[in-house]
Amino acid sequence: MREMINMVIVLTVLSAFSGGLLAAVKTGTKEQIEQQVLKFQKAPAIKQILSDVSNDPLQDRFKIMDNDQELTFFVGKHDGKPDSVIFETSGKGFSGDIGLMVGINIDSDEIIGVCVTTHSETPGLGSRAKDDPKFVSQFAGMKMDKNLDIKKNGGEIDIMSGATITSAGVSLAAKKAQEIYTRLKPEIEKQTAQMAN
Amino acid sequence: MAQSMVKEFTKGLWAEIPPFRLVLGLCPVLAVTKSVENGIGMGIATTFVLVCSNLLVSLLRSVIPAKVRIAAYIIIIATFVTVVELVMQAYTYPLFLKLGIFIPLIVVNCIVLGRAEAFASKNSPVLSIADGLGMGIGFTLSLGALGAVRESLGNGTILGSPVFGPEFQPFTFMVEAPGAFVCLGLMLCLMNLIGKK
Repeated sequence: MREMINMVIVLTVLSAFSGGLLAAVKTGTKEQIEQQVLKFQKAPAIKQILSDVSNDPLQDRFKIMDNDQELTFFVGKHDGKPDSVIFETSGKGFSGDIGLMVGINIDSDEIIGVCVTTHSETPGLGSRAKDDPKFVSQFAGMKMDKNLDIKKNGGEIDIMSGATITSAGVSLAAKKAQEIYTRLKPEIEKQTAQMAN
Repeated sequence: MAQSMVKEFTKGLWAEIPPFRLVLGLCPVLAVTKSVENGIGMGIATTFVLVCSNLLVSLLRSVIPAKVRIAAYIIIIATFVTVVELVMQAYTYPLFLKLGIFIPLIVVNCIVLGRAEAFASKNSPVLSIADGLGMGIGFTLSLGALGAVRESLGNGTILGSPVFGPEFQPFTFMVEAPGAFVCLGLMLCLMNLIGKK
């Protein structure tokens, strides 16, 4: 009996100590990790979508609280006029979440382009969503009222063969982006108008 | 004391060098040695985990009940691995992305658990640190050496800079999985040849 209690105590204390240490390290590195993700993952995706802007979208950004979630919007300007926003959504892929950057033109409400940022899909199959521009290029030019689901679910997007679930995940993220954009449009317009100068 | 410390330290560098003599922890050895940088990065991460877990296991060796020792070791090792993962994510993000899943997999690296069970649980903290450091450096050197052979033959570069002339045709086979086995086998063979004399 004593031996058993001893085991329980040792394991409990060890786990508690481990939990505390990890919480401390997690808090300590949070900001730095956010910056690194911005620099190495979001920046390339943003550049790919908004290749011809006259400003640096990484600098011109604002945040909007959507329910409990804080969303960061990156603003792209053409000839000094802020006319596009980019933000990140996510959809459920084959193994974990797929992060998707979605760029939208504010004037025409059209998707400029989308780009996968983070994913843990199968290399060679699902990973094509990021590596092969053919699939994501289907989203470009879509209006907000288009159904961005995959064709099997009644939408307009062709899947990548061998990666149905990944395709559906990307579609879901794009649909979420449509929803968020439509819902937050007044706020987005207000914020971007302030950036015109 | 000093003498036995040196002995424990140096055995990891040659006599018991992990991938070649103990033939342990081959999963990361084969998977991440596509380049010198990856190999050394992985080696350093493993060394940190090895030293910290050896120290803690050794300090707690009289407290941890024998029946739950493996569970306790795993908690300790997993904690340090997560710390390494977060720190790498915060400060060496590109390397973190390249090593990917293999960083969390240090938890199940046989060397780390093997040293905790076979050495640290029976020896003093100072000797355990020496042992962990020796094993870790041996592991790093092995990964670096394997990475150097594979990167130079398979890609024509070492640490990203070309080592052969512009006419060099990369031997792509070497950076793929079968090349890892062949290369490891040849290095083992070479080490046995030298060790025999």
